[in-house]
Amino acid sequence: MKPAPFKYIVASSLAEALALKARYGEEARFLAGGQSLIPAMNFRLARPTVLIDINGLTELASIDRSNAQTIRLGALTRYRVMEKDAGFLGACQLFADALPQIAHPQIRNRGTIGGNLCHADPASELPAVVVAMQARMRIKSSRGERELAAADFFVAPLTTDLAAEEMLAEIAFPAQSPRSGASFMEVARRRGDFALAGVAAIVSLDEEDRCSGVRLVFCGVGETPIDASTSASSLIGQRCTDKTIAAAAADVRRMVAPAGNIHASAEYQRHIAEILTRRAIATACDRIAHAA
Amino acid sequence: MQPEGHDIELSVNGVQYRRVVEARMLLSDFLRHELMLAGTHVGCEHGVCGACTILLDGAPVRSCLMFAVQAGGHELSTVEGLSAASGELNPLQQAMHEHHGLQCGYCTPGILMTMTAYLKENPDPSELELREALSGNLCRCTGYQNIVDAMLKAAEMMRAAAP
Repeated sequence: MKPAPFKYIVASSLAEALALKARYGEEARFLAGGQSLIPAMNFRLARPTVLIDINGLTELASIDRSNAQTIRLGALTRYRVMEKDAGFLGACQLFADALPQIAHPQIRNRGTIGGNLCHADPASELPAVVVAMQARMRIKSSRGERELAAADFFVAPLTTDLAAEEMLAEIAFPAQSPRSGASFMEVARRRGDFALAGVAAIVSLDEEDRCSGVRLVFCGVGETPIDASTSASSLIGQRCTDKTIAAAAADVRRMVAPAGNIHASAEYQRHIAEILTRRAIATACDRIAHAA
Repeated sequence: MQPEGHDIELSVNGVQYRRVVEARMLLSDFLRHELMLAGTHVGCEHGVCGACTILLDGAPVRSCLMFAVQAGGHELSTVEGLSAASGELNPLQQAMHEHHGLQCGYCTPGILMTMTAYLKENPDPSELELREALSGNLCRCTGYQNIVDAMLKAAEMMRAAAP
């Protein structure tokens, strides 16, 4: 058998899952969709001695849009459930763009947002998306709960701020304002592959169509999602034209510092980052214009 | 660690099975070695190739990225369940046969299961949509062209047969 032996426990309640994690600590992993954890276990790169199966905890698998200002996603929400929820996709453009680019339908039928974020792969789409959306991460343990900004959640490749006894329970983010538009784009070598670089862009315009805010977060060009929003700040107060967007994208190219990898040199990744910035900002602006 | 046995009951192609499994047994290995349903093929065993795709409650999933113990209480479909008891091929299988959609056949069961679910949800896909839906299944022989032809034909046959 491929994975190393482990003890398998089905958690019948959230409280039980958290109590088990408190008891077993680092040795235990939560099993949600398993689409990152099980490959790692098949390679024996991960050898947890306890798996706490949380797939039965339906209270963690919900999309809550009852509050007009805040959208709440349970950590166990599967990609496929988000992908099929037209209301959710309509309210969350970045998810609408990013979800189809995550692996393949077979993976998206199982994989969960919480599992994706906790895996914290720097090339993965959703970490960049939630940082761009300034999401709040609701983290629970048997001792209580805390909230953390998405930007502080990702600390290193495959490493989050979660302590051994903690679980990411919910991701909450502000609903997009009517005067803002968003776009997620990436370049991958093949459909479903990890991105060589990808960007989540959110642009806000004032009543005179001048840019009042820009969020720009990359995947695949650093050790965590890379927030390059400040490098695009030359756009603030300006109208988004080909020229102003190109200038901001050139600044972004100078700011990002990818390491390069076997598939793409650092220079090529910077090039992609610039082009994607240009296209994503322009698309986000077009979407505001069309929504109006 | 002393292996711990887990008692599971599940349905595969409409047949109920009950087995005791070790937690670390992958669903793909369970199907092949415990149930002797070797039609589900195992390629990469880390979720990339798609050869082991089966349907879990009607949705295609990688059986190498699930533990058998997780499948307890669920309904599974594998390639063995596609053709009629008489051995007659179903429209997808027939189209693969006619269009030479397979050479070595290793990827075929995974493709058939992926497409079974996909064409049910999308009975009239464009070629581009179909290629996109196939992207999670690797084939090293055919170059995909004949698979795409076969699946478009199968979709057409099934639309014509639908009331």
